[in-house]
Amino acid sequence: MTATRARGPRADATRADATRTDVTRTGAGRAGGARVSGLLRWPVRAASLATALLAWQILTAANVRFWVRFDRFPGPMDVLREFGRQVEEAQFWQDIAQSLVRILTGFALAAVLGVVLGVATARSRWAGDLLQPLFEVARPIPAIALVPVAILLFPANEQGIVFITFAAAFFPVLVSTRHAVKALPVVWEDAVRTLGAGRRRVLLRVVLPGVLPGVFGGLSIGMGVAWICVISAEMISGDFGVGYRTWQAYTIVDYPGVLVGMATIGLLGWLTSAAVEVAGRRLTRWLPREER
Amino acid sequence: MGGNGALSLRAEGVTLGYAGRPVVSGLNLAVAAGEILVVLGPSGCGKSTLLRAFAGLLPAASGRLVAGGEPVTGTSADRALVFQDDALLPWRTARRNVELALALRGVRRGERRATAARWLERVGLGDAADRLPRELSGGMRQRVQLARTLAAGPRAILMDEPFGALDAQTRASMQRLLLDVLADAPATVVFVTHDVDEALLLGHRIVVLGAAGVAAEFPVPASRDLLLAALGAAPEVVQDARPETRVEEREAV
Ligand SMILES: Nc1ncnc2c1ncn2[C@@H]1O[C@H](COP(=O)(O)OP(=O)(O)O)[C@@H](O)[C@H]1O
Ligand SMILES: [Mg+2]
Repeated sequence: MTATRARGPRADATRADATRTDVTRTGAGRAGGARVSGLLRWPVRAASLATALLAWQILTAANVRFWVRFDRFPGPMDVLREFGRQVEEAQFWQDIAQSLVRILTGFALAAVLGVVLGVATARSRWAGDLLQPLFEVARPIPAIALVPVAILLFPANEQGIVFITFAAAFFPVLVSTRHAVKALPVVWEDAVRTLGAGRRRVLLRVVLPGVLPGVFGGLSIGMGVAWICVISAEMISGDFGVGYRTWQAYTIVDYPGVLVGMATIGLLGWLTSAAVEVAGRRLTRWLPREER
Repeated sequence: MGGNGALSLRAEGVTLGYAGRPVVSGLNLAVAAGEILVVLGPSGCGKSTLLRAFAGLLPAASGRLVAGGEPVTGTSADRALVFQDDALLPWRTARRNVELALALRGVRRGERRATAARWLERVGLGDAADRLPRELSGGMRQRVQLARTLAAGPRAILMDEPFGALDAQTRASMQRLLLDVLADAPATVVFVTHDVDEALLLGHRIVVLGAAGVAAEFPVPASRDLLLAALGAAPEVVQDARPETRVEEREAV
């Protein structure tokens, strides 16, 4: 009797195992399928870029003038040649370093303050009443319109550009953090409170980890607008940086130089956004596959 | 592990509701320290609301809630709530969810891991310890929540249909586990269920909640305690087999 009875819960464990195996199997199956279609997707992606390059080559080589004019537009080979020339010069790398320092400083400030103030305004009525009206009024102002303000406020150009980058990235982070806090399932917080957690622990153990997916949505958008604004600010008031150099090239009618600048901005923007994306995925592995 | 033994609970003319709309009105209810009170009642009659109030998550609109002689003013580690719906933190593995309860109880970092593993073992989830909640079934998640709550050693345990998603066999072994744990670390239990068998098996007393407070109240006959004592006193009975034995004997009654 004992023998058969004792098997009871074990049978349950086996059943649970069976369920798990099924889950793993479907999971692996799906991942496997995704890997195959992922492999197929890379050539498609590369082909898309290659087609754009080819079209560019043909349009410029044939000097097409059909409302849009390609006769004076540099072709991909001109740009590649100019790119090859620039990467050998220290100035190219200095400009990149300068722009990266500006954007990373502004972005880091925006990330920290956006999350802190987003959580504060969402969770404390006091902080909300105090800060929210200010944010609502400041938010619609395009960050690039702050250039005159920045020139007035800051002793050096450098700080002004960082300020504008910060202003651009701050609001997307703030708003998405606020929304993420408000959307947190109440039961997570309630459960941890009935286990004895106070306000501070709820904040650290529930709110901050729980809002991460939302925060990363804001960080991605923030990184995008930060690039737009750092480049524009450099064009208007910089002494260095990729944006400044690109505008410089235009004023001396160096069109291949302009396009090298644009390609550089595109690449840097893509790399930094990808870095945010990868960090976001690592920190939110717990999300169901579909939502990731 | 729980501090200072079981905690008595009392509701004195308590009205509970949401946005001014009362759900429970003028409820009087006393739960003695160490008692297992089972609450039955139709859906929507306010069983979960009552548990939330005892947990300190919902203030009474009028009347008084008392725990261990002190008015209930907020949440406390003394009064843990096992939620009806999913209350695990989804970014923490099963083990890390249990560890959180231990950390909040001030258990030293070095001891948490082993203690959490032991509790998961007790709810039959030893090999699921490192899985995330989304990788567990509903019933497995409920058991992790049970482990998390019991690990914290609360003096009162408010249980909201905690075994609702379990198959009969697992349910029986969880019922057994609960009684075993209570034998070692006495706590007051308010247990909400829809299952009359479960109510009769676990409860010292059963109340049926209706629209106008407690509609009916039933003591559970003393034979239950005798039955449990008899089972507890039989050392050759394999622990895993006990729940089924009990189910059989109950059916024979
Ligand atoms: N957060 C809430 N806000 C508003 N009404 C609620 C809320 N939670 C529960 N209710 C209402 O209170 C009543 C009692 O709910 P509940 O306590 O969950 O019932 P039970 O657990 O007995 O099924 C129901 O009518 C339900 O709609
Ligand atoms: Mg309920």
